[in-house]
Amino acid sequence: MSLWSRHAIFEKNSIVLVIGILIVIAIGGLVEIVPLFYLKNTIEKVDGVRPYTPLELAGRNIYVREGCYLCHSQMIRPLRDEVERYGHYSLAAESMYDRPFQWGSKRTGPDLARIGGKYSDEWHRDHLNNPRSVVPGSVMPNYSWLAETDLDFEHIAQDLKVQALLGVPYTPEMIANAAADTVMQSTNDSPDAADLAKRYPKVTARDFDGNPGRITEADALIAYLQLLGTQVDFKLYDDKANIR
Amino acid sequence: MANALASRKTMTIGEGGSALIFAALALLSVVVAARAFTPEYAFHAYLFTAASTAAVFAIINRYYERPLETPLTIDGKPNYNMGPIKFASVAAVFWGIAGFTVGLYIALELAFPVLNLDLPWTTFGRLRPLHTSAVIFAFGGNVLIATSLYVVQRTCRARLAGEIAPWFVVLGYNFFIIIAGTGYLLGITQSKEYAEPEWYSDLFLTAVWVVYFLVYLGTIMRRTEPHIYVANWFYLSFILTIAVLHLGNNASVPVSLFSPKSYIVWSGVQDAMVQWWYGHNAVGFFLTAGFLGIMYYFIPKRADRPVYSYRLSIIHFWSLIFLYIWAGPHHLHYTALPDWAQTLGMTFSVMLWMPSWGGMINGIMTLSGAWDKLRTDPVLRMMVVSVAFYGMSTFEGPMMSVKIVNSLSHYTDWTIGHVHSGALGWVAYISFGALYCLIPWLWNRQLYSLKLVNWHFWISTIGIVLYISAMWVSGILQGLMWRAYTGLGFLEYSFVETVEAMHPFYVIRALGGALFLAGALLMAFNLWKTVNSAVSAAPAGFRLAPAE
Repeated sequence: MSLWSRHAIFEKNSIVLVIGILIVIAIGGLVEIVPLFYLKNTIEKVDGVRPYTPLELAGRNIYVREGCYLCHSQMIRPLRDEVERYGHYSLAAESMYDRPFQWGSKRTGPDLARIGGKYSDEWHRDHLNNPRSVVPGSVMPNYSWLAETDLDFEHIAQDLKVQALLGVPYTPEMIANAAADTVMQSTNDSPDAADLAKRYPKVTARDFDGNPGRITEADALIAYLQLLGTQVDFKLYDDKANIR
Repeated sequence: MANALASRKTMTIGEGGSALIFAALALLSVVVAARAFTPEYAFHAYLFTAASTAAVFAIINRYYERPLETPLTIDGKPNYNMGPIKFASVAAVFWGIAGFTVGLYIALELAFPVLNLDLPWTTFGRLRPLHTSAVIFAFGGNVLIATSLYVVQRTCRARLAGEIAPWFVVLGYNFFIIIAGTGYLLGITQSKEYAEPEWYSDLFLTAVWVVYFLVYLGTIMRRTEPHIYVANWFYLSFILTIAVLHLGNNASVPVSLFSPKSYIVWSGVQDAMVQWWYGHNAVGFFLTAGFLGIMYYFIPKRADRPVYSYRLSIIHFWSLIFLYIWAGPHHLHYTALPDWAQTLGMTFSVMLWMPSWGGMINGIMTLSGAWDKLRTDPVLRMMVVSVAFYGMSTFEGPMMSVKIVNSLSHYTDWTIGHVHSGALGWVAYISFGALYCLIPWLWNRQLYSLKLVNWHFWISTIGIVLYISAMWVSGILQGLMWRAYTGLGFLEYSFVETVEAMHPFYVIRALGGALFLAGALLMAFNLWKTVNSAVSAAPAGFRLAPAE
């Protein structure tokens, strides 16, 4: 009986064929995915990466909603030109609280992994409102409605709760204060800003959208953009310790 | 006893059960709509209410209209169930035109950003998933469902399993597409490329897909042929693997039953790996294995020749599905994904070249002894050219997965060009060819005009060539500009200079897309005239013989 005729077992039994297919397609995925959960060097040990504040998380959800990842990556590769253009190459640790990840796959616009602190809030406001007012050659759409739309953060505590359930280190205190923290972070000179900074180290609280009377979607999105890539202090980061 | 029962029509468990399930879904949707966190989600809940209510009425109506029982065979021949297949093939043509149109529009948005219209619903970020989902899942998916349910009946010589189930698959799948598509426009997305629909659409699709699998497997189990034909292996691996990938990549926890938003259980680097394990195998199993099933049935049928090599098809099948699943990490070269995973991804992607070309050889060489038909039959020519495009993009893919090549090509339009040489050249062409065969067969008509097929072929071929060469040039140009240094060691170009350099190529690309759309419109007209022509193709006994 030649090897070829043995194949008849798959051709004559549909269940055997189904089981055969399942086994063959399982191997590659298992080998590549499962070790990422237990190999300790998958995510570097760094200081400074904290969960998003409720306002930043809301901003991130707007980033997701508008499909920003379709034109902007958040993943700087360790190549000379990228490091010079955008900054230190991205670490796995920097996106460890990202659900879902936003590394992207296309740069119709520039990488945003370290956009935080590069431009002023005012620049971001102008740029979101009309990108060509600050970058004449840009092909980005205008996002003028963001500054005119009130941020919906009625249920933001629930978002934190679900993330905590999935393993993001949100404490009960953070969850209880989620809505209040959203207001606090988007307000200038809030008297309780120290409390916020205790919960979220190095947080910046200010009126991001230049409209102190309202908390808009632009507040949240700019707060998120200004955070990107700023959490790890690369003057202190030891990349030799994390060679993989 | 049996005789007494036979004369009385009773509702089957399937009919009663599915009517009850839909009634429950309609009730649940009303509750969700009333308490939804956002108006967009309430809108979707109302759509679910309307659709489930319609389903209940349709099931009850069908019960009163249907004969006592549907015979599995008539005069010893299988009583094939072609209704759902007709629906899916018409839907495929419709969604194809819709998807190509949106594609053309977003191509123009990149060339002329004023077309974003300053409205949330028409920005590139929301329309791009609409384009990709419309062409991959709506057009491609309906072609796959139509052809797979046709091929499985024909090659097994058996009627489709289930009576309501095949209709649930076809209508449910298209309802999923409406939910997903309107969701993108309204900003409901989980931002995982090619898996953007949120948790509730995903759950519904899971139900549709499980039924699809059961219908498919059930039909194979009913077969009167001893062997399962090779096309069915590919279709089966497509259905099974997509189910596994869908479940793995969409594992998420909704914020609330009343919220459209969910958070994925994976995070960061693991999420990236799971996403591209899914993403690349959406290409490998949805856009490749499924369409290879089409190749293995429609090309031999149309050319009236047996498949070139049976042994090659065995090797092709097992090696392709084994190797493909490893290739995902080549989307993550030089990222924060550990090097060992990147290296595995690259190695298997390069190896994948071999089974891909094995399959191409098996498809093209099926024409042995019938090469003259390439001159006379534009439908066959379209399918053979599609296999040639398949060969080209499955060479380009492994090349781009080599890390050093990828350092240039990644993040640029080269990737877009590569995808479209596969999507337009391979997937769309083999689909067009299959539709040109299938629709005359299903409606028992002669194809209205072969001349129009010829025009379709040439117009869209020029379109594809314009599209992919524009993207090659713009991609490589942009990649080189990003890494260009001046003599003094500074980066030579600012980012926006590289964006401005893309403009002429974006215009050429849009022109290519317009030609491709024009070709598809010719096809729609041709098929419309075919279905509405009065002439029947041939005497009933021969009605499924291929042309020529």
